[in-house]
Amino acid sequence: MLRESPPVTSQRTPLGRAHPGFRGRIDAIDATGNASGLSSEELERRLIELGFVEGASVEILHEGAIGRDPIAVRVDSATVALRRREAMAVLVV
Amino acid sequence: MNAMTDAGIIRCALVGTPNCGKTALFNALTGSRQKVANYPGVTVERKAGVVHTPAGLCYSVIDLPGTYSLRARSPDEEITRDVVLDRLASETAPDFLICVADATNLRLALRLVLELKRVGRPMMLVLNMMDIAKRRGIEIDVQKLSAALEMPVVTAISVRKGGIDAVMAELDRFVLSAATDCAWTVPSAANLRADQRDADAIIRAVVKMPLRPDTLTSRLDAVLLHPVAGLICLFAILFVMFQAVFTWAQPLMNLIEQGFAVLGTTAHDLLPAGIVQSFITDGVIGGVGSVLVFLPQILILFLFILLLEDLGYMARAAFLMDKIMGGAGLHGRAFIPLLSSFACAIPGIMATRVIDNRKDRLTTILVAPLMTCSARIPVYTLIIAAFIPDTTVGGVLSLQGLVMFGLYAAGILSALGVSAVAKFLFWSQEMSPPFMLEMPDYKLPDPKSVLFGLFTRAKAFLYRAGTTIFAMTVLIWFLASFPSAPAGATAPAIEYSFAAMIGHAIAPVLAPIGFNWQIAIALIPGMAAREVAVAALGTVYSISGGAENQIGHMLAAQWSLATALAFLVWYIFAPQCASTLAVIKRETQSWKWMWITFGYMLGLAYLGAFATFHIARALGG
Repeated sequence: MLRESPPVTSQRTPLGRAHPGFRGRIDAIDATGNASGLSSEELERRLIELGFVEGASVEILHEGAIGRDPIAVRVDSATVALRRREAMAVLVV
Repeated sequence: MNAMTDAGIIRCALVGTPNCGKTALFNALTGSRQKVANYPGVTVERKAGVVHTPAGLCYSVIDLPGTYSLRARSPDEEITRDVVLDRLASETAPDFLICVADATNLRLALRLVLELKRVGRPMMLVLNMMDIAKRRGIEIDVQKLSAALEMPVVTAISVRKGGIDAVMAELDRFVLSAATDCAWTVPSAANLRADQRDADAIIRAVVKMPLRPDTLTSRLDAVLLHPVAGLICLFAILFVMFQAVFTWAQPLMNLIEQGFAVLGTTAHDLLPAGIVQSFITDGVIGGVGSVLVFLPQILILFLFILLLEDLGYMARAAFLMDKIMGGAGLHGRAFIPLLSSFACAIPGIMATRVIDNRKDRLTTILVAPLMTCSARIPVYTLIIAAFIPDTTVGGVLSLQGLVMFGLYAAGILSALGVSAVAKFLFWSQEMSPPFMLEMPDYKLPDPKSVLFGLFTRAKAFLYRAGTTIFAMTVLIWFLASFPSAPAGATAPAIEYSFAAMIGHAIAPVLAPIGFNWQIAIALIPGMAAREVAVAALGTVYSISGGAENQIGHMLAAQWSLATALAFLVWYIFAPQCASTLAVIKRETQSWKWMWITFGYMLGLAYLGAFATFHIARALGG
């Protein structure tokens, strides 16, 4: 697949900043310097276990009332709830 | 049948991701032939059963806790890993694995299947919930999938009669090969990613997805996960739940009450007056009856919890509550254990195993006993009925209902307060760990599995009533009856008993919070189970010479309002449940946390009751 070198484009944004209704594809998982308290390797593994893999389609379905957090994200065929802090590691286009 | 070797029975284990319907399949396979116990040393439930196939084969099956990976981040998942990898001394390794996958959501399941293949055991895959998949227009080429995974693949509708025929047929056909060497190692992010890629490639080749996803779930979520409407719905559901507990249960409770009254009179008439008559009517029938009457309320509460869980709503509730609870230092996932604690703190504390972070888990365990468990209901109902006038406020809301609601609210608020303090005291430097949770599609609960769950709960409660509660009731009757009054005594017989001696001994400590020695006596057996205090008060007062059978009327005549209110507040906080403390010890593997829980609850109970008693007195109670 086309994953050898993810092109750095200007539209690439962290999922943690997107609004409800956003639809896109995962371009990369980059958990370095994340604020979750987990190592970047561990956060990356947890995200992948819930289906956040390059190429998967994502859509933000809902967000919480307080601080627009957490968010409910459709990842291909499943819906996952997570906080924006962790969603910052998911880069989408 | 090549596998029925000298080893005898064939062992298989059910493995799958959370929410894949694994337990429904397990129930369908084993029916009533299942045994629930604990793995030694941990409180993870070990569910095992026996399957008899149409061809007459016999398999033993265990249902392993759901997991996304064998990496194991919680005690539950460690059991799954250790059984699959044959690391558990107490468990013989399964001869083969039955992977279960939700046919409507194959991605994560297939990644797990690819990981499990490395373990080297023979495997088969069951695509569960095929009816829902078909209805949504998802087409799966089972043969191609089987070829791609190099293992038998069958479909199933676990909740329907005949829905597991294909699984049974495959079990008859299954050729058990020897396990090959285990090539599993802890997967890195790169391994996981590669597996997910492979799984996605297989899905592209064998699954035809409809253009639109499940519209029912998305339409429901539009309301139920809405920032405002969602929270309103959540509180409405909780409100209906508690209303139901108090109104629906009433007719049944009256029936049980009357039944025991008839039983008591019959026994009273049949038996000669004396010690045996007193034992049977006051000790056994009166004591056990006053506790059994709460079975309907407990069952209604569990019915709601089971239904919400099976509907898929619990994950939504965790989503809605995450930020709110986060403010108090609790994890969103703590919502489910805390909600279960409204029924009983024991299953609630055991449910904290889904929280993978140890500190979050400890905080949740610490506050779970503050949730108003069903054992407090007997105490609250009795005191409220006796002391709070049965009037309405503003013409609609019942005052008694409001007080009950207030007691529940006090429990919740104090739990939030305690967790905030605990967070501050014990781990203020820690980062709050991530909240990441799959939200399953809504589905109709399977009536059979809900009934099965209710039956298990009822059995556990009746067992408790028949053992712990019965034993404590007999003990309190004994303490209240012996030694008997000397000849020519003027005071009621109980004044001369052991109960009075103990009660008088600790009464000075409890006097500042408005408790008399009768209450002091009732609190001692109440350590075994909160609701025993009701039976104990009944025994203490009915033996002390009153003709009045109604405990409530008796209390109303003997206690001041201030004492009654202090008693209610005591019960919000008091650590009056030995089994809860035992479970905390077992789950945390430490005496320290058990004593911390006991100490802070006792402190809050004493302070709360003290303040209530004196404020109520100052206001003229």
